[in-house]
Amino acid sequence: MAANKDNVKIHVSHLKKNFGKLEVLKDVSIDIHEGEVVVILGPSGSGKSTFLRCLNRLEEITDGTVVIDGYDITDKHTDINKVRENVGMVFQLFNLFNNLDVMGNMILAPTELKKASKEEAKETAMRLLKRVGLADKADAYPAQLSGGQKQRVAIARALAMNPDIMLFDEPTSALDPEMVGEVLQVMQNLAKEGMTMVVVTHEIGFAREVASRVIFMEGGYIIEEGTPDEVINHPKEQRTIDFLSKVL
Amino acid sequence: MLVTILTRYGALLVEAMGQTLLLALCGLFFACILGLFFGLLSVLRSRVCNIISTIFVDIIRGLPMIVLAFFIYFGVPQFVNNLLPGGGFTLSALQAGTAALALNCGAYMSEIIRAGIQSVDKGQMEAARSLGLPYWKAMRKVVLPQAIRTMIPSIINQFIITLKDTSILSVIGFPELVNSAKNVVANTMRPLEVWFIVGVMYLIVITILSRVAKLLERRLNRGRE
Repeated sequence: MAANKDNVKIHVSHLKKNFGKLEVLKDVSIDIHEGEVVVILGPSGSGKSTFLRCLNRLEEITDGTVVIDGYDITDKHTDINKVRENVGMVFQLFNLFNNLDVMGNMILAPTELKKASKEEAKETAMRLLKRVGLADKADAYPAQLSGGQKQRVAIARALAMNPDIMLFDEPTSALDPEMVGEVLQVMQNLAKEGMTMVVVTHEIGFAREVASRVIFMEGGYIIEEGTPDEVINHPKEQRTIDFLSKVL
Repeated sequence: MLVTILTRYGALLVEAMGQTLLLALCGLFFACILGLFFGLLSVLRSRVCNIISTIFVDIIRGLPMIVLAFFIYFGVPQFVNNLLPGGGFTLSALQAGTAALALNCGAYMSEIIRAGIQSVDKGQMEAARSLGLPYWKAMRKVVLPQAIRTMIPSIINQFIITLKDTSILSVIGFPELVNSAKNVVANTMRPLEVWFIVGVMYLIVITILSRVAKLLERRLNRGRE
């Protein structure tokens, strides 16, 4: 293992990301420590999802440095697949594998990447499905699940790789209102257990209750950061105030 | 008269249908390989690969298969023999026919496969990659199985077209159904009956084939909804 200075799990410095001529991330720097739950708020188009997707290099990074768990993922020689095994990601549209049932979704990566035998992987999968309250859905196909159930399976699937870090990209934005709670509950439990989490969301309530740090992004920059109380209840920047007045 | 022709030439025509099926099968086998290869090239994130695939598809699609068949059957041996003097290189009608069918059908299969892969939501690939799966593993285990389901109707359609296209290869003397039927017509001077019989034979085989394909399609789609 590479050095893990001061428990910094994610180190980002001067991150830039362009899509063609469009500069989405202009200059983003941040350190995220072990066990922190960082919630990123911001209007759409502020670059918050792009920022999250740079953390496991689903987006190619234009410039700057991103170090995950001591591995510099902006370095071409870093085996990005190895780093990703340790960084779970949950998507807005769930992205469960439609060709596999729930169990198949859970064990695909652990078995294919030789993390576990099929039996071990199934055991882990059942344990995780119980934890998200879906042990009875192991044989169901994604199309047979509700949105909230899909998202809970997606979280369990990411956890099956036993990651150190979890990234959440608007995990409740595509859900019917009555299903938001069950997903947030799973995330909150995960936070309590000490998982390092980075969450892009519009759920201000979740940010207030669960976040250890809140970041407000706009126009490709971090505008303001601090505790939930500082950023949500006593914002200093005008842009943060404007945004919060619209969503609160 | 129909009965007379059937009793006298029936066995011959059935055997010729066997040759048609043999040729179609050989052609389709290599067409699948070519189609998968060029189809995958066209979805890779490499401009060179995409362009190679486009060139292949454009050339083959732009040529009538009869020209392709003549070129391969007569042209290629001439080319090889010019290159290696003294060598009596020839291609059998089956070899040349298989190559022509495979190239022709392969180009269309490549397009079907490209469209099939692109129809799979790109979130599927992203989710697989985010778990640490390498590109090809994600492609094989997650994307392709879903792509194949949407491709199946078009692939079946293409198979049927290819089966019918074997008749074009009568021009290079392959003893498939149309070629044999021409001989029977020459012997009997009974085009009406002979071509009627041949038509019915094609109809029967293709109908059976599409029924089997429908069954297969339904089985593959089980558990999807």
